Amino acid sequence: MRFQRLKAVFVAALFVAGLNGCSERSNEIVVYSARNEQLIKPVFDRYTAETSVQIRFVTDDAGPLIERLAAEGENSPADVLLTVDAGELWHAAERGLLRPIDSEILAANIPETLRDPQNRWFGFSVRARTIVYSTERVKPEELSTYEALAEPRWKGKLCLRTSKKVYNQSLVAMLIAQHGEEQTEKIVRGWVENLATDVFSNDTQVMEAIAAGQCDVGIVNTYYYGRLLRDKPDIPVKIFWPDQEGSGVHVNVSGAGVTAHAPRAEAAKKFLEWLSQDESQAMFAGLNLEYPANPNVKRDPIVEAWGEFKANPINVAKAGELQAAAVKLMDRAGYR
Amino acid sequence: MSKHGASALATHHKLRLTPSVVALVLCIPALAPLLVIAYASFSPDTEVWKHLSQYVLPEVTANTLLLVAQVALLSGVLGTALAWLTAMCEFPGRRFFEWALLLPLAVPAYVLAFVAVGFLDYAGPFQTLLREVFGSSSWFPRIRSLGGAAFVLSLATYPYVYLLARSAFLTQGRRALEAAQSLGYGRVAASWKVALPMARPWIFAGIALTAMETLADFGAVYIFNVRTFTTAIYGAWFGMRSVNTALQLAGVLMLFVLAAFVLERRSRANANFALARDVSRESPRLVLSPVMRRFACAFAATVFAIAFVLPVIQLAIWAYENIGDLDVRYIGFVSRSLLLAASAAAVIVAAGFVLAYMLRRFPSKLSHAVIRVATMGYAIPGTVLAVGVLVPIIYLNNTFQDLLRDWFGDGAPLLMFQGTLVAVLLGYMARFLAVGFNPIESGLQRITRSVDEAAISLGVSGTALLRQIHLPLLRTSLATAATLVFVDVMKEMPITLIVRPFGWDTLAIRVFEMTAEGEWQRAALPAVAIVLAGLIPVALLTRRGAHVA
Repeated sequence: MRFQRLKAVFVAALFVAGLNGCSERSNEIVVYSARNEQLIKPVFDRYTAETSVQIRFVTDDAGPLIERLAAEGENSPADVLLTVDAGELWHAAERGLLRPIDSEILAANIPETLRDPQNRWFGFSVRARTIVYSTERVKPEELSTYEALAEPRWKGKLCLRTSKKVYNQSLVAMLIAQHGEEQTEKIVRGWVENLATDVFSNDTQVMEAIAAGQCDVGIVNTYYYGRLLRDKPDIPVKIFWPDQEGSGVHVNVSGAGVTAHAPRAEAAKKFLEWLSQDESQAMFAGLNLEYPANPNVKRDPIVEAWGEFKANPINVAKAGELQAAAVKLMDRAGYR
Repeated sequence: MSKHGASALATHHKLRLTPSVVALVLCIPALAPLLVIAYASFSPDTEVWKHLSQYVLPEVTANTLLLVAQVALLSGVLGTALAWLTAMCEFPGRRFFEWALLLPLAVPAYVLAFVAVGFLDYAGPFQTLLREVFGSSSWFPRIRSLGGAAFVLSLATYPYVYLLARSAFLTQGRRALEAAQSLGYGRVAASWKVALPMARPWIFAGIALTAMETLADFGAVYIFNVRTFTTAIYGAWFGMRSVNTALQLAGVLMLFVLAAFVLERRSRANANFALARDVSRESPRLVLSPVMRRFACAFAATVFAIAFVLPVIQLAIWAYENIGDLDVRYIGFVSRSLLLAASAAAVIVAAGFVLAYMLRRFPSKLSHAVIRVATMGYAIPGTVLAVGVLVPIIYLNNTFQDLLRDWFGDGAPLLMFQGTLVAVLLGYMARFLAVGFNPIESGLQRITRSVDEAAISLGVSGTALLRQIHLPLLRTSLATAATLVFVDVMKEMPITLIVRPFGWDTLAIRVFEMTAEGEWQRAALPAVAIVLAGLIPVALLTRRGAHVA
């Protein structure tokens, strides 16, 4: 009697467990997303409204999501991996977790520097990491490049975010790609020399410190500036586009790829193609005040107001390739 | 011993195997992730290790030890002192502070950290005010520092010590003090020499929880810019892309914790903390002098204000500013959080009870060691443990899936154990077993062996002994354990994130979504909801506590 009941419970449990995957419909895709729910759900909803394809998703940091994908192997329910950093995508591709996608639409819409040379992932929004300065104490003419922030004239006037954040790791990786390790280490040491205070845990704090007079210049992602501007329109901090005569502003992407064992790879590819087009591009980037990866798509008015800039033409994949070297370099240089 | 008693003991002897097996099985969910971590140690990435040992490990090891020591000391002192005052003395507001001092438990440490840094850092309102008044705030101590992190972590974790120490003082009763005084000790001396030492297992169990929580903390130390073992683990994983190194570092962390367990065990090797207690004849609370009464009230009020009232006011302001985020989905977030927390509390307290009880009835070095190791998940950084949880679950899933494919071919139903509530609960077992086990284990130490023997000699044994004698005596400990697990699960992120079913978002996950891109103000709304929901078990516990006291 008791055993019978136990057996029933076991079967029921297995059934419930299985339900998740059992309901595999051709009319849906599954996304593992490191992009936050509030930035991505509206996009998914729009896609469902237009195509009636359902999107099921889980959010988490890219690290755990990639480990999950790797452990699941060919049984993975995921069709798409979506991250907020090119380095993560590079890493996932390197581990064989993404498959190459042959698509004329994606090739046409996404610039070559913003996607994997082997087409295993594509950037869908551009995140520019640029210089911000105090309008009260700094004239824009005094600013030029990231490298110049290492000069002694900025001693005690620079604020930086922690080197633990992948955005700074990508920035330094790109500097390594341009200058080599030795030269880059000198630059990073110069930054550390110039720090006004310990590094911060996020970009908003960097700008608030500049506004409060703790320091004069800093390096942040533009959408943090946009958000801050929305809350405090009078903040005495402005954006400066560095290195416009040279290699240009460091950019990263939030992007996606189709997983190696995607059960619905064709549907996933269609979704990515849709994502690379006009309205969805504007929405994807606009929700977080980022730049659309597709150069033909209109930007959010707040973003548009910051003007044009020249972006660094090195492929963003380099950020992934040189990330470990960048982390070690920053450890050596004492950039915490 | 009567014949009857002897035969009862003999029956127990025969049953010996069963409880041990049960205990081992119960430990599997907690042990499996640790095995994953241990397994990774076999393939070290020498280049990464060389770099770490040269540039990273010396600093983070020193920082971690300092941080843990400071938090253990401060939260130990705060928790014990407050527990002493509310359990043993009478002062104005005592009834209120009894439960109010538990509330900081519901505020996640990373939230408290963010509020503290936002308020007290250079650009924050406090120093801005100082600059407006005095022209400079450069004399103000650095907030984003090891000291700042230790302070905030202590405020966030002292309730562990408070809750456990309080239940110790309540169960040992004021009669022990009375007895000591009748032997010629002064009141202060009686407290130091009798009450405190008798509460030691509880205080230590509480401090052990705060220390483990500190070791595992990433959110708060990241905000305070303190580089600890945890940040090194995350750096190796997310920065240098070496998951193995991250797991190995977590393994080193486990060795630290193990060493601490052994030391603690030795320090109380032969002590006996059992007590005969008679609640019905409880003597009155200590009467403090008028000055001391005011001091006691002011002390409790200060801790309560800094650890709870001020941060919650700040959160409430932010939440109000983002009230537009509050929509009908919050009903789902709240009910899922509550459901997970309640079921986790039930499962983990039950497991903790069985384990602790088995250790008492059938003590063996092996089972003790196994259980100790199984509780170490609490000291491991959440995200690392989440991977440890994930790997065995997915392994099981894939094994079953292959089996189904063999049977049904391509039409086989697809399984996804990862992404089920069962998986979430197993993950919580791995993380929070210590929180369920520690209070119950200390509680059992209060019950003398002679109680067991007397009961057995009266023919009460087996489950009757458990039901009629032990469970009623353990009520406070069980309620304590359940509350702690409940509130901890409400705050938990990494495991919930990686194994939750599709769409199963909770309040803690809302906090994650907002903070991942630095939108801390918007995270205030779900954080406030966590605090409010955390009040439920605290309220229940206080009722029960009042009943017992």
